[in-house]
Amino acid sequence: MNPSDFELIAGLLKQRSGLVLTPDKGYLLESRLSSVARRWDFKSFEEMVQSIRAKRDEKLLSEITEAMTTNESFFFRDTKPFDQFRDLVLPHLLTARAAKRSFRIWSAACSTGQEPYSLAMLLKEAESKLAGWRIEIIATDLSNEVLDKAKEGLYTQFEAQRGLPITLLMKYFTQAGDHWQISPELRKMITFKTFNLLESPASLGQFDVIFLRNVLIYFDPPTKGKILEGMSRQLASDGFLYLGGAETVLGVSDKFKPKQGQRGIYELSQTEGALAAAS
Amino acid sequence: MKSCLIVDDSKVVRMVARKILEGFNFDIAEAEDGQKALDHCRASMPDAVLLDWNMPVMSGIEFLRALRAMDVADQPVVVFCTTENDMKHIQDAIQAGANEYIMKPFDSEIIQSKFTQVGLI
Repeated sequence: MNPSDFELIAGLLKQRSGLVLTPDKGYLLESRLSSVARRWDFKSFEEMVQSIRAKRDEKLLSEITEAMTTNESFFFRDTKPFDQFRDLVLPHLLTARAAKRSFRIWSAACSTGQEPYSLAMLLKEAESKLAGWRIEIIATDLSNEVLDKAKEGLYTQFEAQRGLPITLLMKYFTQAGDHWQISPELRKMITFKTFNLLESPASLGQFDVIFLRNVLIYFDPPTKGKILEGMSRQLASDGFLYLGGAETVLGVSDKFKPKQGQRGIYELSQTEGALAAAS
Repeated sequence: MKSCLIVDDSKVVRMVARKILEGFNFDIAEAEDGQKALDHCRASMPDAVLLDWNMPVMSGIEFLRALRAMDVADQPVVVFCTTENDMKHIQDAIQAGANEYIMKPFDSEIIQSKFTQVGLI
């Protein structure tokens, strides 16, 4: 790929979504954006870039951003985080929130919905302990396209098998042609919203658990730090932050520290926790 | 090393499944129908069975019922792997004692995630 084409698109992506693309990701850019180029009737990726140079079509730029920030997802991805949620996070909240009988979860880069639906299934499975509780799951993503898909809860046979135990498929899905659709009961448990991680999350309110998995990897260190700082203000003092297996707060933000013995889970640093508790 | 018996009348499917499962360190045996699979289990019980549904001589579900009726100390984990993809077949399989269910076509990732869930990987 022509380096100046790469620079133009990478620059636009950084500005619009914070996504950082290093030059070695040229292949990713071309492979993901060739389908956008086809949709817009450009003969090639190069021709699309030329057109952007001439005129910044807002709709085209937003489609490009969506194509680059959309990620593959599957149910109960990595298994362990969801085991931890069932065995550690949920029991903690059942005790710590017993007085107000409510808590809020944020799935902060929910893509096509597999993460929030996995959580909804876990909560449904624990239903007997949660009678009378008010639980909110807010699921956000930058891309409207993936959010529409998430809301519909319609998955291909391939997607429906990735990570999803057959017993849960039997319980919570119905067959719709060659697709599988998640039950209205589960769809009702989740509020889907468009949200750009570069914005302040204050408007979303306070959360007890935040899932921010496999998304920080796309940002540069200052942006990572800023996002984590924003999250630290929205998380309850005894709340849980989940990051992806390849991600860490070390050297990025001092607002969080790893939760001892619980890989992938982070809690507010001592001082932050004390401050939040005192306020 | 865990052992897995791959039961499918298609040689190609057996080969693909073998390649994937050998990658996860399974010791593989193959059978081309339910009867041959049952004979294999009587001689040497595997840890896991990857099981097709429609096969000549004896179908996968008939094999599974016969297997679950056998009086053995350690029953294998059975994962169906079939083009039958409707809820009725899935329910019948689980009722007959299947531990997991894969709808063809499958890939390495699906095999891995299903085998992980039932504790084989």
